[in-house]
Amino acid sequence: MKEEPPDFISRQEPRDLIHVPPEFAVAEGAVRVLDEDEYVAGSSLWKDARRRLLKNKLAVFGLIVVVLITFISLLGPPIIKAATGFTYDSIPRDVTLIKSIPPFRSADGSFSWAHPMGTDNSGRDLLARVLLGGRISLMVGIISTLVSLIIGVGYGAVAGYLGGRVDNWMMRLVDVLYSLPYIILVIVLLAVFRSSTAVGQLVLLFIALGSVSWLTMARIVRGQVLSLKNQEFVVAARATGVSTTRIIFRHVVPNTLGPVIVYATLTIPQVMLSEAFLSFLGFGVQPPLASWGSLAAEGIQNIAIFPWQLIFPGVTMALTLFSLNFLGDGLRDALDPQMRT
Amino acid sequence: MLRFIIRRLLITIPTIFVVITLTWGLIRLAPGNFYTAERSIPKAIRENIKEKYGLNKPWYVQYGKAMWPIVRHLDFGNSLKYQGQPVSNIIARSLPVSATIGLLAYLLALILGITFGSIAALKQNSAWDYASMAVAMLGISIPNFVVGPLLVMVFSLSLYWLPPARWGGFWSKSLILPVLTLSGLYMAYIARLTRAGMLEVLRSDYIRTARSKGLRERDVVIRHALRAGLMPVVSFTGPALAFLLTGTVVVERIFALPGLGNYFIQASLNRDEPLIIGIVAFIAITLLLMNLLVDIAYAYLDPRIRY
Repeated sequence: MKEEPPDFISRQEPRDLIHVPPEFAVAEGAVRVLDEDEYVAGSSLWKDARRRLLKNKLAVFGLIVVVLITFISLLGPPIIKAATGFTYDSIPRDVTLIKSIPPFRSADGSFSWAHPMGTDNSGRDLLARVLLGGRISLMVGIISTLVSLIIGVGYGAVAGYLGGRVDNWMMRLVDVLYSLPYIILVIVLLAVFRSSTAVGQLVLLFIALGSVSWLTMARIVRGQVLSLKNQEFVVAARATGVSTTRIIFRHVVPNTLGPVIVYATLTIPQVMLSEAFLSFLGFGVQPPLASWGSLAAEGIQNIAIFPWQLIFPGVTMALTLFSLNFLGDGLRDALDPQMRT
Repeated sequence: MLRFIIRRLLITIPTIFVVITLTWGLIRLAPGNFYTAERSIPKAIRENIKEKYGLNKPWYVQYGKAMWPIVRHLDFGNSLKYQGQPVSNIIARSLPVSATIGLLAYLLALILGITFGSIAALKQNSAWDYASMAVAMLGISIPNFVVGPLLVMVFSLSLYWLPPARWGGFWSKSLILPVLTLSGLYMAYIARLTRAGMLEVLRSDYIRTARSKGLRERDVVIRHALRAGLMPVVSFTGPALAFLLTGTVVVERIFALPGLGNYFIQASLNRDEPLIIGIVAFIAITLLLMNLLVDIAYAYLDPRIRY
């Protein structure tokens, strides 16, 4: 006959069982032998990871800031447009306004709410431009990381699963590519293929950045796949006649997800930094579009007289990268405690 | 060991050719030529230019013409923009500027990074630890093109202590701000690597042995822990050099220095093909040789590694 579990172990909320804080566990005293079919909730990798992540204050801070900045960048421009009528490239008609106005000032120097970050040299609202820069910088970060994710995971999984000579040659190629001065090649690529439209240059940027940042991802995935491919579930799949492609992408790749997510999170700020670097040099995002890097580049030219043109995009960008890095570090510690470097 | 070095050198040579070919291919695949960047010119002159630079020949002839002098005498030809100047002269003139800033920055980063990283590891979870790691994270997150101008704002435009830009010679005040700007990122990386490496080593058995022998803490740290704990820093030297190159591009741009990076940017914008290829090849060779040196140093420093 089944015994009813004691009421503090309710079947409805099994998670209470595992997360007993240590001080209470000790207070209970004896180690109780479980009844034969008593239900104990296992703690999945993801649940454990979430708990560890939420305990890490810096990572939570990072997560909050990243989410906030994303939302403000997405929702801010329409709100500004509704409230004041400014968009990122609305140049004032009144010629006396075509100059850089300090934060919270109007053209005659009196206090005003119109431009909380001031305006740029053409009188465009800097807040609207920084928010547009946020959209574009985040978009470049995410899309280029996705491009690198697809290439890296595919390449690494195939190399690791096939093994042997194929693996050897594929990884030899990665080693060679590793030693190349990417960013230098990216600059050549962006300079010579320079697109005449701002959007074209943006697409070029996605491709260029994505296609140079997949190498580490490929190495990580390959390592994971090597350790997975001889486990029972893969052998079982092979024994039942599942095709190699299907084994790689349906059985092996999903199990490498933890490290892949961690590394992807750490790739986003790196890619954003590269984008800013390229835009700063004038190879990346082109006007009238703006990214934090291109705004900073404009700001530097007038640093002595209009410092706000550099400070606002620069600080926003630094805060975002700072948060993303902490989030990535926290995720790494939470998902894969052994991967610390 | 010798076999390892020879094998690596043998891989290096084809790699450099892959790089050069890739660069050449990129430049040639792109629409237009270096002279189309200028204003439009009459057809006859265009034909003459094509004739002079062999642009009307099939691509493999052009490729052969571009590669042969490089293979024969490592001769990259003359710059197209700076007429009559051999690429090698331009590199020889601008390299010392970049190298000085880069090496000084790396040295500063090593000294400060290792110091702060070790302190953080020895006093793990103390205020020192948190403070240095937060500063390190800031160093990684703030782009150097923001740090540089901020330093200029403070030290040149407000305090009038240091010159805001321009090259003032190899031993002058004008070096200070570029070196500081460039070293921030490496300092941060090195501090993090040192801390991680030291934390791992300090927990190991042989450190406990050294302590239980009654060695002074200073000897334990400096003679036993640091040597193994700094291995990650040694292997970072290779990637650091690559970072250094991209870093100098920005720093030279901010401070208007006549270094390799500035010439490279100009060459890319002008589609100055021989100069681009020359600089890319030079950078690739330096990187590959540095990586090889780092691997050798690694094997020498860590007796557990055998190739």
